[in-house]
Amino acid sequence: MWTKSGQKHWERLYKMRELIKMVVVLTVLSTFSGGLLASLRDGTKDRIEYQQLKFVKGPAILKILEGASNNPIVDRFKLMDGEVERSFFVGKLDGKTDTLAFESSGKGFGGDIGLMVGVNLNTDKIIGVEVTTHSETPGVGSRAKSDPDFVAQFTGRPLMETYKVKADGGQVDALSGATVTSRGVSGGLTDAGSIYKRLKPKLVEKLKDFSKKAVKTKEGEQNG
Amino acid sequence: MAKSITQEFVKGLWEEIPPFRLVLGLCPTLAVTKTVQDGIGMGVATTFVLVCSNVLISALRNVIPSKVRIAAFIIIIATFVTVVELLMQAFTYPLFLSLGIFIPLIVVNCIVLGRAEAFASKNAITYSLADGLGIGVGFTLALAALGSVREVIGSGTFWGASVFGPSFQPFSFMIEAPGAFVCLGLMLCIMNLMGKK
Repeated sequence: MWTKSGQKHWERLYKMRELIKMVVVLTVLSTFSGGLLASLRDGTKDRIEYQQLKFVKGPAILKILEGASNNPIVDRFKLMDGEVERSFFVGKLDGKTDTLAFESSGKGFGGDIGLMVGVNLNTDKIIGVEVTTHSETPGVGSRAKSDPDFVAQFTGRPLMETYKVKADGGQVDALSGATVTSRGVSGGLTDAGSIYKRLKPKLVEKLKDFSKKAVKTKEGEQNG
Repeated sequence: MAKSITQEFVKGLWEEIPPFRLVLGLCPTLAVTKTVQDGIGMGVATTFVLVCSNVLISALRNVIPSKVRIAAFIIIIATFVTVVELLMQAFTYPLFLSLGIFIPLIVVNCIVLGRAEAFASKNAITYSLADGLGIGVGFTLALAALGSVREVIGSGTFWGASVFGPSFQPFSFMIEAPGAFVCLGLMLCIMNLMGKK
């Protein structure tokens, strides 16, 4: 009797030990894994954001702010526009930090058309427009991105204006056969104008900071 | 029975080359070999995961209770896959874009779990390292071979550079999914014929 119950006791203890070991091993492994991944994610976060900007939106930004003496993808800032956070890319053209590029979007034929819009803060005029993402019909609506003449017509126009295609009584030359796409781009541009109107005071402040920074580094270079 | 470390490494290159001999890991083999570059990128990523998980699992083989070993292996493998994914996003973003969903899918690649279960959980660290490296390099070579055949015939380029000149009409069937199956089948056939002799 005594030996039998003793054996049972040891068996139970052994099972408990195994159970605890399983829980401990899995917990420790998961903890280490979680910790490692969290720190790696923190470490690579900025670089990943930079890479995404460089390869996805970068080409459009660089095309709009062509000839900038700084790197607009590095010199960026974020502002809250109501609930939405928007990124602005600063371009230093002809020694003056007064140009910005930012995103807006319009409803096209196959979904949202992403636009990158460049604007000069002194003149409020558009310095360039590029289509970034779209799902328009290939060969028809997609010409909004591939045909440089279409987006070129906006360069030099005032940004704070309502854009409409000519068929709707506006000023935009639509792509032939792609009126819906052209309307989408016009709508996106009108949106960009209203975003710019809402945020302009803040944008001017931010740009002042940027030009100060630029001047400071210049002085530093001279002193050092 | 006792093989040397070099033997463990070399077996992955021919005797047990994963997609052709073991016929494992076919999902990435078929999906990402449209170009040589993608194939090698995938191979290197898998090799990294394979080596790291083999070494760690081998080091912990006496600690991990056998009842929960698969769960523990998957935690280790998934961790290294996420490491690869983050590093790829940070340093080789275009490659990350073209490989896309197949990077996280390395977690369920049966080569990695297969080596962990069949080899690393039973052998010493150095042997597991050699095994992981061998199988990984073999996998990379296989993907590169498949990728070059498909890219050269399917798009007329090798590593993005034109091979046949502008007059070549690409045989675009090869870069579609059925082309991948046909190409893999022919390669398996060649490998088997060579193995028979």
